[in-house]
Amino acid sequence: MRRLIWLSVVAAIAIAYPLLLSSPFQQRLGALVLLYAIAASAWNIVGGYAGQVSVGHVVFFGCGAYAAMGSYAKFGLSPLFGVPGGIVIAVGLAAIIGVPTLRLSGHYFSMATIAVAETMRLIVTNTDWLGAAVGLSGPTVPRNIFDLSFLSSLPYYYLFLVILAVTLFITWWMTNSRMGFYLRAIKDSERAARSLGAPASRTKLYAYMLSAAFTSVAGALYAMMFGFVDPESGLGILISVKILIMAALGGAGLLFGPLVGAAILVPLEEISNSWLGGRGAGLTFVLYGAIIVLIARFQPGGLLSLFTRRRKPTSDTGASHAP
Amino acid sequence: MSFVLVQVIVGGLLLGAVYALFSSGLTLVWGMMNIVNFAHGDFVMLGMYVAYVVYTLMGGGPILGAPLATLVLATVGVVVYFALIRDIMKGPMLAQILGTFGLALLLRYSVFWWFGANFLSMPQNIVGGTYGFAGLRIEASRLLAGVVALLVTLGLHLLLTRTSLGSKMLAVAEDQTAAQLMGIRPDAMQAIAWAIAAGATGLAGALIANFFYIVPTVGETLGIVAFVTVSLGGFGSVPGALVAGLLIGVIESLSGYLIGAVYKDIIVYVMFLLFLWFRPQGLMGKT
Repeated sequence: MRRLIWLSVVAAIAIAYPLLLSSPFQQRLGALVLLYAIAASAWNIVGGYAGQVSVGHVVFFGCGAYAAMGSYAKFGLSPLFGVPGGIVIAVGLAAIIGVPTLRLSGHYFSMATIAVAETMRLIVTNTDWLGAAVGLSGPTVPRNIFDLSFLSSLPYYYLFLVILAVTLFITWWMTNSRMGFYLRAIKDSERAARSLGAPASRTKLYAYMLSAAFTSVAGALYAMMFGFVDPESGLGILISVKILIMAALGGAGLLFGPLVGAAILVPLEEISNSWLGGRGAGLTFVLYGAIIVLIARFQPGGLLSLFTRRRKPTSDTGASHAP
Repeated sequence: MSFVLVQVIVGGLLLGAVYALFSSGLTLVWGMMNIVNFAHGDFVMLGMYVAYVVYTLMGGGPILGAPLATLVLATVGVVVYFALIRDIMKGPMLAQILGTFGLALLLRYSVFWWFGANFLSMPQNIVGGTYGFAGLRIEASRLLAGVVALLVTLGLHLLLTRTSLGSKMLAVAEDQTAAQLMGIRPDAMQAIAWAIAAGATGLAGALIANFFYIVPTVGETLGIVAFVTVSLGGFGSVPGALVAGLLIGVIESLSGYLIGAVYKDIIVYVMFLLFLWFRPQGLMGKT
């Protein structure tokens, strides 16, 4: 009951935010928070719940972004038509990466994800058909509503809110399904879970594929909002970093952790960029690095785990990984 | 075989020896503590910048820069061990990966912020000119880097296998509690391992700084090279890292010469993935 009240309060704030704080900057900020929250929540499925730290998640983000822009730039279709294609490519790629590496210890998986992301970035940068270093652009002038190209950030805000809600609902549903129980068992002790008959590799793979699908959607939405994608914004390692740190700061393996992380870090980055200008980009990532190190050292469960642990020692949202 | 091809292979071997040197640091820490240092490539980057600063401030070449970079990075290694690694080692996997990955970002962008994103380089003939040798032309800076790296890597292998310090470190790697009962302090041994591992990256960085481009993000590429080398050589094995490092150096420069410079990284990364898929225990590792 208490949870339901909290949930409605959060939902009410989220719906009312762009109407109460209605300057273009604030609306854009809100939309960006939700966008990164979608990507970080998607990462959370495999990084938080399955405990497999993907450091190259941007590769799925790029699949979505390039599919969406490609369907316009190459075929003259609405970017929306690219979304299913992006999901298919992302899920297929996740299977190719996951099948061999998820059997090994988690370090190998993390390293493989970095290598795949960098390989993809280098390949795309050298492929003329995908715009090489310049990238692909979306429609400059929207032809109709299906181009999802708006001047105001308000439509994006509500679109992202709906998709974030879907992502979170499916994550919640997953954690309460058989798969969720398997994942929790695997994360506590993979050997014990295996010996009790939990199909460890397959469950982790499903989590990875599900995560890839949502990350691809986030990438497509990102490209639609900004109207273009290039190798840095669509496949750069720093996007992976942002996704990962938001989930970890808020609380990896907690449903609302990524949203909390995004709500803290996106405004922080926007502010530091507008204060410090171009030079600020470097400083922002110094700060990100410091935050990640501090979380890892002192609070690996993320900020939200501070509350869950105090409220319920045996919380069902996975306080098990707290130190 | 044409002379050009021999030239390319020799160049690859010389660079590969440096790869072997810094990768043996990664493999040492990985084998001993089962922790993967995602900041390893950025340690090499720091070594390069130390050498660069030594040159710009004091005008010193590698004779001053290399020992200083080794010393500075060894200190960094010990500090990192006591401030971060010792605690995250006992934590969950997420904390281990986040901790060293965050460290990588911190180092990379601190340097970026201080020095800017521009490519820096050392003067061309800081070590000496180019030697002709049986028809081959070899730059002195590359020759120095390759030979020193090879000797130090071999020395590291001897240190780990032939001295009492090496035996103590091996004991800690095998079983911490048992080692402690024998009067060996795991904490001290692991700190020494971090000093050696980071010192090796400092030396390697100072050696390649003489002919490599110096840029804050170079650590990312070098870090992946170290992963490839270690996974190819089998983790924990210095001789494995040596063979794998030389092999990767040759493959990289051959593919750069035969296919094109932009594809040499792609070839190495793809090779890494293929190895993870088909032979994760490495070339010389045990199954």
